[in-house]
Amino acid sequence: MIHTTIGSAGHLLVIIAFVTAVVATFAYFKAGIAGSTVEESQTWKRFARTLFYLHVAAVLGVVFSLYWIIGNHYFEYHYAWKNSSLSLPTGYTISSFWQDQEGSFLLWIFWNVVLGCILILTNRSWEAPVMAVFALVQAFLTSMILGVVIPGLDLKIGSTPFLLLKEVMPDLPVYAMDPNFIPKDGKGLNPLLQNYWMVIHPPTLFLGFATTLIPFSFAIAGLWTKKIQDWVRPALPWSLLSAMILGVGILMGAYWAYETLNFGGYWNWDPVENSSFVPWLVLVAAIHTMIIARKNPTALKTSFILAIATFILVLYSTFMTRSGVLGSASVHSFTDLGLSGQLLVYLLTFTLASIGLLVYRWKSLPSDEEEVSTYSQEFWIFIGATLLCLSGFQIIATTSIPVYNKIAEAFGTVLNMALPADQIGHYNKFQLWFFSLITIVTGVGQYFWWKRAGKDKLQSLYNPLLLALLIAAAIITYQGIRDIQYIVLLTAGVFAVVANGSILFDIFRGNYKLSGGAVTHIGVALMLIGILFSSGYTKVVSINNSGLMISRSDEFTKDDNKENKENITLWLNKPEKMGDYMLTWRDVRVEPRHIPGYLPKSWVDIIEGDYHAVALRDIVVDGKQYNAKGDTLEIFPENFYYDIEYREPSGRIFNLFPRVQINPAMGGIVSSPDIQRKVNKDLYTYVSMVTNPTAEPVWSQTESFTVNLRDTFFVNDYVAILDNVVRTEQVEGVTLGEGDAAVKAIIRVLDKDKEYVITPSFVIRNRMVARKPEVSNDLGMRIQFQEINPQTGQFTFNVNTTQRDFIVMKAIEKPLINVLWMGTFVLVIGFIMATVRRFRDFVKMRNKENKPAGGKSKGKMRVEVADL
Amino acid sequence: MKKIQIFGLIIIAVAIGIIVSTAGDASTYVDFTKAREMAQDGDAESIHVVGKLKKDGSGQIMDMVYQPELDPNFFTFTLVDNENVEQKVVYKNTKPQDFDKSEQVVVVGKMKNGAFVADKILMKCPSKYDDTKMETTEHTAAKS
Repeated sequence: MIHTTIGSAGHLLVIIAFVTAVVATFAYFKAGIAGSTVEESQTWKRFARTLFYLHVAAVLGVVFSLYWIIGNHYFEYHYAWKNSSLSLPTGYTISSFWQDQEGSFLLWIFWNVVLGCILILTNRSWEAPVMAVFALVQAFLTSMILGVVIPGLDLKIGSTPFLLLKEVMPDLPVYAMDPNFIPKDGKGLNPLLQNYWMVIHPPTLFLGFATTLIPFSFAIAGLWTKKIQDWVRPALPWSLLSAMILGVGILMGAYWAYETLNFGGYWNWDPVENSSFVPWLVLVAAIHTMIIARKNPTALKTSFILAIATFILVLYSTFMTRSGVLGSASVHSFTDLGLSGQLLVYLLTFTLASIGLLVYRWKSLPSDEEEVSTYSQEFWIFIGATLLCLSGFQIIATTSIPVYNKIAEAFGTVLNMALPADQIGHYNKFQLWFFSLITIVTGVGQYFWWKRAGKDKLQSLYNPLLLALLIAAAIITYQGIRDIQYIVLLTAGVFAVVANGSILFDIFRGNYKLSGGAVTHIGVALMLIGILFSSGYTKVVSINNSGLMISRSDEFTKDDNKENKENITLWLNKPEKMGDYMLTWRDVRVEPRHIPGYLPKSWVDIIEGDYHAVALRDIVVDGKQYNAKGDTLEIFPENFYYDIEYREPSGRIFNLFPRVQINPAMGGIVSSPDIQRKVNKDLYTYVSMVTNPTAEPVWSQTESFTVNLRDTFFVNDYVAILDNVVRTEQVEGVTLGEGDAAVKAIIRVLDKDKEYVITPSFVIRNRMVARKPEVSNDLGMRIQFQEINPQTGQFTFNVNTTQRDFIVMKAIEKPLINVLWMGTFVLVIGFIMATVRRFRDFVKMRNKENKPAGGKSKGKMRVEVADL
Repeated sequence: MKKIQIFGLIIIAVAIGIIVSTAGDASTYVDFTKAREMAQDGDAESIHVVGKLKKDGSGQIMDMVYQPELDPNFFTFTLVDNENVEQKVVYKNTKPQDFDKSEQVVVVGKMKNGAFVADKILMKCPSKYDDTKMETTEHTAAKS
C-alpha cells in the first residue's frame, strides 16, 4: 500500500510554512515601521507572532513527516528510497534525513525556527524588526523545498522531498506492469557517511549557519530602527555563540576527514571547506569590532559591514556549493537540483537590500573625528580584524575561480581559468603569514586592551617577548626546524601563548569570568602550533627500502626514483621491513554488528546484496561464543578491514586495521585510515590499493601433476613435496557415514622463508567420488586431489594458480597533532566563557531597561569592563 | 593625510596584491598541443588538460600500465584530449581505484621529456545511482 497521506500532509505543511513565513514577514514589517501608533504596531506584532508560531508548527510538522517516512521505510517515497535502507542502523537513519539537499535545507529551516522562538521569548523589544528579517529568510528557505510548479509559466519553485518514486521516475518499466510497485529496500546511505561524526557534524554546522542570521538581523534591525548602537549588546553573545558552533562544526568536519578520508590530513582547502571557513573568519572579525563598537563610532560602521558580510558570505557559500558551479572543482559539492536560479535570487536580494540600507543610513552613522592612536586598544583590534578579513578575502578570491568562469560565460567570453595546480601550497603561502601576524596581534592586543601596555609603557611587552623568543629558540633547536616561515609561525604561536597566558594569569586572580578572550586566544595559538608540526613535519614512514620494487621503466629509474616511493606492497603473511617496523599483512576482516571487534573474512560467507552473513565456523571472540556454525549474523557488508601487524624494534606488536569500503556511490573502492595514537604523534596508515575483496579470484588454467609419495614437483615457481597421503575422518562440508572413506594429501609448499602445508582431500562415498580442493591465499594457489591410481601407486593433483593477494599501503607520522586537538578544546572553552559573560551583560541591561522609571539615564549604565 | 586613510590604502594594496597573485597562481585549461608548446618555451606552469581515455572497440582501456608488484607508485596511461591528440600520461602514485570506470579525466601537471607528468588526477565517473549525474573524485600524487 502506498502511504500517500503522510507525503501529502508534508507537502501541504511546506506550503503552509512558506505562506505563514511570507505573511509573518509582512506583519513584522508593519509592526516595525515607525510612524504608526503604538497600539497599531502592537496589534501587528501579535498577529505576526501568531503567524510565526504557526510557521514553527508547520515546520515541525514537515520535519516529523519526512522523518516518519524515512523511519518507517516508506520506500515508495523517492527521498526514503534514495537515502535510506532497511539495513541502516537506527543512528544513521537520522543522518539519511539530511543526506540530500532538501533534507539539509530542512535542517537549516528547523534551526532557524528554534532560534526564532528563543529570540521572541528573550527579547521583546527587538522582536519586530529582527523577526521580520528572520521570517523573510524562512520564506526563502522554505521556498527551496516548496516543489510547486506555477502553471502556465512552467516555472518550478523548489524541490520537495515528498515526491513518490513513481513521480520522480515514471519511466521505470516496472510501473507498466504494476502501477503500485514499492521497492523492497532503499539504496541506503553512502557507507562513507555512516560514521558518528556524520550524525553530529551536519546539525552542528547548520546550527552554525543558522546562528549567523542573528547578528545580521540585529544589524539590519539597528539600521532600520535607527538604534544605531544598541543592537550590538544583544547581538554580541549570539555572535560569540555562532562563532563557537560554526567553528566546532568546521573542526568536526576536519576531524571526520582525518579519520575517514585518505588524503592524510584534516584540511584540504577544498572549496566546500573554504566556503564555511571564510564566514567564520569574518564573523570572528565582526565580534572584535563589536566589542569596541559600543564606544568607538568607527568600529560601529565596521561592525555593521562585517555582521552583514558574514551572513552574505554564508549565502554565497550556499550558492556555490549547491548550484553546481563548483561541480568539477570540489569533491563533495552537491549536484545542481535546478535551484541555482532561486539561490541566486536569495543571495542577491539580501546582498542588495542590506547594502542599500547601509548606504541609505551611512550618513547618519556617527563617525570618529579623532585620530586613532597607535597605542590604543581600538587600533590593535582593528589590525586583528583587518588581518582576519584579508585572510578570508584571499581564500574566497581563489575559491571563486569557477564562479569567474561562469560569469565570463554569461557575458559570452571564455576565461578557462582553473584552480591553482598546487592548491595547498597556494593557500598556505598566504595563510601562513596572515596567521603568524594574527597570533602576534592577539598577544599585543591583549596587552593594550588590559592597559598593561600603553603609549609610555611598551616595556611591559618585553618580558613575554623575551620569554617567547627563548622558548621558541629552544624548540627550534631541539626539533631542528629550518624553514624560515615555520620559525616565524612557531615564534608567533609561542609568543601568543606566553602573552595571553600572562594576561590570563592576571585576570584569573581578579575575575575569571572575564578571561574568555585570553583563553580563546591561547586555544588559537595552540592550534596553530599543532597544525604547524602535524602538517609541516608530516613524515612518510612507508619508504620502501626493500630493493625489491625496482621499476623496469626508464622513466622511473631516473631522477626522483627514491623520494617517490612512498607506498609499499605487502603480500599476505609475508613480513616486510618499513623503517624501524616489521610489517605483516595478516588478514582481511569483516565488521559484525553485534560482536566486538572484527572477524576474519574466512569465518563467514557474506550473502550478496544483504547485510547478513553465514557463519562458517563457531564464532568465538574473547572466549565467548556469539554464533554457532551455520548461524546467520548481521554484518556491515561494505566494510573490510586489513589487519596489518606492526612489530616495533623492541618486539612489541600492535595491529592497525585500515578500512576499505566497497562503495559504488563513490565510484568503487574507498579507503579509510587507521591511526595509532601516541602522546606526541599519530601513526596514520591506509591502504591505497587492494585486490577487490569481493571479487572472485581469476584462476589460471588447470595444470595436472601425477606424482609418487615423497615426490617433488614445481607449482607456480614454488617447490612442492607430496609428504604423505593419510586417512581422515573429517572433511569440511561432507558428513562421512558408515562405509565411506576419505583420505587427504599432505603437500608441503616451500616459499622463500616459510613452509605452507596444503591438504586437499579425496572422498569415496556411496561409490561416488568427491574432491575437496584447498586454497592457499598466501600462495595464490588451489590444489585439488584428482585421482588415486592403485596400480601405479601414483596420485594426481590439479593445480590452479592466481595472483597472490597484495595490498599497497602508506604510513605517515603526524607529530604533535594532539596539540591541535587540545587547542580546539581550549578555544571552545574560551568561546563558552565569553558567550556566557556577554549574555549576562545583555540580560542585566535588558532587565534594567524594562524596569520603568529606574531614575537613571540609559547612557550612564554602560558597564565599562574591558575584556576580549 | 589621516592615519585611517593610510591604513585603508595599505589594505587596498594588500587586496590588490592578493588578486594579482591569485591570478598568477591560477592554472588554465589547455590541450596537449598547447602543453607541448609551453614545455618547449620553457614554461613550467602546471596546467589542466581535459581528456578521455583511449578505449578499443569493446570498451577496454588501451595503453594502460600498472604493475604494483614491480612498483606501486608508477602508473601510465594514454589520454586523448578534446582535439583528439593522444598523449602518454605518467602518474607517480598508485593507480586510482575507480580509474577504469571513469569517463572523463582531468590531469593536472606538466610536460616533461615527452610525457605528461600528472601531479593530480580528477575523474568523473558515471554514478551508479543516477545515470544523469556524474561524480567527481580527486587524486593527488605524492610530492616529489
